[in-house]
Amino acid sequence: MTRPMRTMDGNEAVANVAYQVSEVAAIYPITPSSNMGEWADQWMSEGRPNIWGTVPTVVEMQSEGGAAAAVHGALQTGSLTTTFTASQGLLLMIPSMFKIAGELTPAVFHISARTLATHALSIFGDHSDVMSARSTGFGMLASGSVQEAQDMALIAHAATLAARIPFMHYFDGFRTSHEENKIEVLQPADMRAMIDDQLVFAHRMRAMSPDRPVLRGTAQNPDVFFTAREACNPFYEACPAIVQQTMDKFAAVVGRQYHLFDYIGAPDAERVIVLMGSGAEAAAETIDYLVQKGEKIGAVIVRLYRPFSAAALLAAFPKTTKVIGVLDRTKEPGAAGEPLFMDVATAVTEATINGNSPFAVLPRIIGGRYGLSSREFTPAMIKSIFDEMRKEEPKRRFTVGINDDVSHTSISYDPSFSTESPETTRALFYGLGADGTVGANKNSIKILGEDAGFYAQGYFVYDSRKSGSMTTSHLRFGPKPIRSTYLITRANFVACHQFSFMEKFDVLRCADEGAVFLLNSIYGPDEVWDHLPKTAQRQIIEKKLKFFIINGFEVAKAAGMGGRINTVMQTCFFYISGVMPQAAAIEAIKTSIKNTYGKRGDTIVQKNWAAVDMAVEHLHEVKVPGTVTSTFDIRPAVPAHAPEFLHEFTAAILAESGETLPVSKMPVDGTFPTGTTQWEKRNIALEIPEWDEEICIQCGKCALVCPHGVIRAKIVEEETLADAPEGFKSARAKWKEFADNRYIMQIAPEDCTGCALCVQACPVKNKQQPKLRAINMVEQAPIRDRERERWNYFLSLPEVDRGAVKMNLVKDVQLLRPLFEFSGACAGCGETPYVKLISQLFGDRLYVANATGCSSIYGGNLPTTPWAFNADGRGPAWNNSLFEDAAEFGLGMRVTIDKQKEFAEELVKRLESQIGGTLAAELLSAEQKTEAGIQAQRERVAALKEKLAAIGTGEAKVLAHVADFLVRKTVWSMGGDGWAYDIGYGGLDHVIASGKDINLLVMDTEVYSNTGGQCSKATPRGAVAKFAAGGKPGSKKDLGLIAMTYGNVYVAQIAMGANDSHTIRAILEAEAYEGPSIVIAYSHCIAHGYNLVMGLEQQKNAVQSGHWPLYRFNPALKAEGKNPFQLDCKEPALDLDKYIYNETRYKMLTLSQPELAASLLEGAKEDVAARWRLYSYLAKMEFGSENETAVE
Amino acid sequence: MDLRTNYLGMELKNPIVVSPSPLTENLDNMKKMEDAGAAAIVMHSLFEEQITFMSEDLNENLQQGTMSFSEALTFFPEEQDYKMGPDSYLEHIRKAKEMVNIPVIGSLNGVSVGGWQDIATKIEQAGADALELNVYYIPTNPEQDGPHVENLYLDLMREVKKAITIPVAVKIGPYFSSTANMVQKLDQAGADGLVMFNRFYQPDLDLDNLEVKPDLTLSSSWELRLALRWVAILYSRIQADMAITGGVHTGTDALKAMTAGAKVAMMTSAILRKGIDHINTVLAEMTQWMEAHEYESIAQMQGSLSQRNCPNPAAFERANYMKIITCYTPNA
Repeated sequence: MTRPMRTMDGNEAVANVAYQVSEVAAIYPITPSSNMGEWADQWMSEGRPNIWGTVPTVVEMQSEGGAAAAVHGALQTGSLTTTFTASQGLLLMIPSMFKIAGELTPAVFHISARTLATHALSIFGDHSDVMSARSTGFGMLASGSVQEAQDMALIAHAATLAARIPFMHYFDGFRTSHEENKIEVLQPADMRAMIDDQLVFAHRMRAMSPDRPVLRGTAQNPDVFFTAREACNPFYEACPAIVQQTMDKFAAVVGRQYHLFDYIGAPDAERVIVLMGSGAEAAAETIDYLVQKGEKIGAVIVRLYRPFSAAALLAAFPKTTKVIGVLDRTKEPGAAGEPLFMDVATAVTEATINGNSPFAVLPRIIGGRYGLSSREFTPAMIKSIFDEMRKEEPKRRFTVGINDDVSHTSISYDPSFSTESPETTRALFYGLGADGTVGANKNSIKILGEDAGFYAQGYFVYDSRKSGSMTTSHLRFGPKPIRSTYLITRANFVACHQFSFMEKFDVLRCADEGAVFLLNSIYGPDEVWDHLPKTAQRQIIEKKLKFFIINGFEVAKAAGMGGRINTVMQTCFFYISGVMPQAAAIEAIKTSIKNTYGKRGDTIVQKNWAAVDMAVEHLHEVKVPGTVTSTFDIRPAVPAHAPEFLHEFTAAILAESGETLPVSKMPVDGTFPTGTTQWEKRNIALEIPEWDEEICIQCGKCALVCPHGVIRAKIVEEETLADAPEGFKSARAKWKEFADNRYIMQIAPEDCTGCALCVQACPVKNKQQPKLRAINMVEQAPIRDRERERWNYFLSLPEVDRGAVKMNLVKDVQLLRPLFEFSGACAGCGETPYVKLISQLFGDRLYVANATGCSSIYGGNLPTTPWAFNADGRGPAWNNSLFEDAAEFGLGMRVTIDKQKEFAEELVKRLESQIGGTLAAELLSAEQKTEAGIQAQRERVAALKEKLAAIGTGEAKVLAHVADFLVRKTVWSMGGDGWAYDIGYGGLDHVIASGKDINLLVMDTEVYSNTGGQCSKATPRGAVAKFAAGGKPGSKKDLGLIAMTYGNVYVAQIAMGANDSHTIRAILEAEAYEGPSIVIAYSHCIAHGYNLVMGLEQQKNAVQSGHWPLYRFNPALKAEGKNPFQLDCKEPALDLDKYIYNETRYKMLTLSQPELAASLLEGAKEDVAARWRLYSYLAKMEFGSENETAVE
Repeated sequence: MDLRTNYLGMELKNPIVVSPSPLTENLDNMKKMEDAGAAAIVMHSLFEEQITFMSEDLNENLQQGTMSFSEALTFFPEEQDYKMGPDSYLEHIRKAKEMVNIPVIGSLNGVSVGGWQDIATKIEQAGADALELNVYYIPTNPEQDGPHVENLYLDLMREVKKAITIPVAVKIGPYFSSTANMVQKLDQAGADGLVMFNRFYQPDLDLDNLEVKPDLTLSSSWELRLALRWVAILYSRIQADMAITGGVHTGTDALKAMTAGAKVAMMTSAILRKGIDHINTVLAEMTQWMEAHEYESIAQMQGSLSQRNCPNPAAFERANYMKIITCYTPNA
């Protein structure tokens, strides 16, 4: 059979098999496995059948725990069932996995293996997740490449039916799940040949059925449980042979032969490593290279890790093996060794003891860790392992790929060692997310793989920031299959799509000698040289690079493509690199454009084609001078006056060389200083706002909505400004209490993302030119230096006295220093204004328990983090535990605060005589409802600490350690709707029922934003989302209403863009309420599909259409005999379609399925009407009498 | 009463044609129009900008923020297909043709030449009986002279005529230096019909918000006069059929249109204001008047008050203007 060769990533390759051999999939999004579920859901919505001709049912659950349970149920009732997950998701599945395996149920869980969160979260790949699930009783089948992942997926599905043991099939997150590679695609006939229907029937016959009732899930006692647990042993004993038979059958059907353990290398190898996953690909490449040079080395690649077949393992080794190096991509602190090492060591030593060892002498066995969190695992590292194994006394336990200068576990390697084939072309592209570089490169991979007939590989490295993010594309292609599962460090072709990168880091460090360098430059061929830093010039000369430039922006603009330079640069790549005949390349690019954009309309295709046609004529080769002439170099990553930690740690990450940092520079427990974003001047905005002090009314709306905290205001006495830089702007303060002072609004020019929400928020219009506001976007570059000086001066000015500020006024809130600033959130983010506001109102006494998601990423992803501290050194204390537990995590914090406060109060009472009666009494009875009251209490605590120091007793020391708890603290659990409505709902419900004084901020984007827009229970009816490709059929969950039913929970629904005063009032009330509070905040989001500059307008529309009623439910009002529920907006006056069809998430359904869209719109309108009727009724309830009745 | 007329080579049962409005977006409305007596329906317009904007908007929003961040490489599921550009419009014509028996006339609204041939062909293939080209062009560039603007109309017309075999009518505005000459050029270029006139919606200025406010006001019978005058002047001077649109609200209005020389009277505002059934009323009024005045057919009256046939042809010209101005007496 001829099978098509296609270029795809590991997730698609696996999902393609899993979908076709399953009847049910229960899914939940988690990086990097989400795409598998997305593919399955999409295919279901397209009506694609499985190999039995029926369309599988794909159901999204509320968490991975739910998904695993649903899988369990589907399996128990006889469906062929699968799921996809990774990392913490797999951990949540473990309880059900024990059950599924315990009941000997055939199933396959596909896992893009990912790091478990420990001292930090990481989305990248290693085996810590699957290793944590290895005691569940699941079989474990590993694959190391896109091709293998596809093949092993089918082998797993076939073998599980025969073995009755469920399988985890895992492959490395990102490295395999996201690597694009050319593979031979399995066909339905292959799957039919591999899946034995008799085994399917047997599975069905074992299923629960009232027609032949049985009972499972009994509770057993000491008399039988143990005995029964051993009853499954024969199945585990038989399993390896069954898997091997399945692999043999696969070889017969498809032609690729796998074994439980595959050996590669010299037949007489003396040094053999053992590993699994994608590292085995790099190992194979290295071993091939070194064996050809005469090295006696090899590798045993583990396919079936559980059930572990010691016999098969030992049979795989050459008998000549003298040293075995076992490599684990996981870490078990405190263990005698990592899991694979322990298994291999046990197998070898046991065989030796039992006298059936295949080896002439007992080999030395050493164990090492590599590649945690997708840390590079290169041929140089692999060679260093073999070198270590050659030593007389090798390290028995080691790490490779890091510099462990603390425990000295690491072995060193020569980074210059390379096994790259000269036949393979290696191309590196540095681009911005927004310029389309990755998309174009994915198309290039397909062209090279499918049109040019090459083997091709593409791997893409992304930024951890969501705005202005850099992407690096690593493309390899050549005549032979590509097994290089590591980043390119010697490129034949380097393209830099953003000129600004040249000044930020060493773009050419990976350029090989004689490579081609393509630069997107606004400078022409004769002037570009003078604009390059010394480092770049030196490398171009020394490495003899061929240097080409194109003004990609000019070409893209002329073609109507805006800032999307992808097509232009892609064309240049094909043209210069000569990988294909030029005419064929142009035709292939155009075909690829048609395939990619065709369904979005011919206009888009034509524009891209125009860009292709124009690109080559604007391409210039630069004549390279013989000497370095530049007067400048790559600029420092952080300014000279930044704190030491920034220089020693952060700067390396910012310079794209974080991997060079040694262990000694790492915090041992994941603790980092706050306030570090201020030192990273990203300069990503082309335009920034400029203040017009002449017409500004000083309302503060622009500062309030600024998602990035770059618009700041202060009021100072006039004389303070005596040393202000020339032209520093100020205006007479429009405050009664600051009447004679100067008001200043200043923009942080290098931190702004250019989102322009501030301009939209400005209520003022210039009377001469109404298109201008009191704040207007202007080009950043010409004013950058001037504004930088002004910003630095602004920072030196005194902050406002918080006690003098009316916290409930937008106008006053702008004067409070944000303690959340310059985050890497999307430009124009709808969440961060709320977070920033909370940091302004309560930041100096704030604990944050942050659910995993967008807010934990822009809040806590290295290299720099936005939570900051004030001049007193106080600021939010922030932590992210998990996705699902933020409410409970926060509750724990609250319990501590209450307990420690209670303890402190007890100690104050005990030490009253020594502290002084007045101070003690004031400390215990302090009114802390106002800022002034809190400040006074802080002063008392300071006085107390002084006295305690003088007292010096044991109890005094104890009190000194807990005295800060006497100052009122506030706890906010924060997260998105995925947390609050779905995965964390159980905990959230418990926390709001607890009666504790905790505040929950739900930033409701109505979709799982961080993982790419999957449907949540907050997704409204009719909105298209991943996992709801046909539009969400059901209505949005009313979380606020549910919370209100407790009666003692403060609940508010807010939308800053619709009513900023209401937002502030609700947040203040929530914080002030001495019980649980939940604030649900409308958060516009990039996943809604419109230009976020209109985000505030959309918030207004959401409220005016009735989609998002504003309200507050304040239980404290009941005591005053008032209705706790207040509806804070007018009756809907805007047609719902006028709101929703501004957004692609709704509109796209009208283009794909108009009738369905129309019907869902009607349903959504009914939702709005019904909710308004109910809320109106609630708002009219009379309180204070025995019978609460609604009044007409 | 014989209300039959011929328009664009089609025999219509009466001269009342529904002109473009959002009402035709609903197929049920089209059926109601037929039931109410409409002789033909001009579909709501397919706007040039609609096609390009829809594509660009969808593309931009689907790709916004994509391929930038590891966890969210895209934000939307990949749909199999979008009914982009003319697809849904064409589908609508197909369905309309299945639903009604009266002629259905497609309507294209735009100004640029490129791409219209293809869409016109598709509209023809979808079953439209004719095509109306609505050239809504506001020449704001002072460097652009009159002939340039006129050629834009003519080129567009010729391009479309080349592509299709169904009749093509051109809807024009009244603001040409020489309307008569422009109409003649269009006629000579092959227009099968001329629809007079396009109502250029004039935006209002919002003093409170310092904004320009787009505003749609429905027509009134008074507005009929502009078209009546020009149709009357041009009657018998051109080959193309003339249609009057803008201001046809009553049976009397429609009859005036006929006497001026129009082949059909097109209605929108009155239907939007009074409902689709109003077509019935207008037809009844026409019949009633014609019976009362002993007319036998529409053909009998078409062009009877054109400049060529009316007793006082000067009334359409400058002389009449002089007379009106000089005789005008302000109200007390």
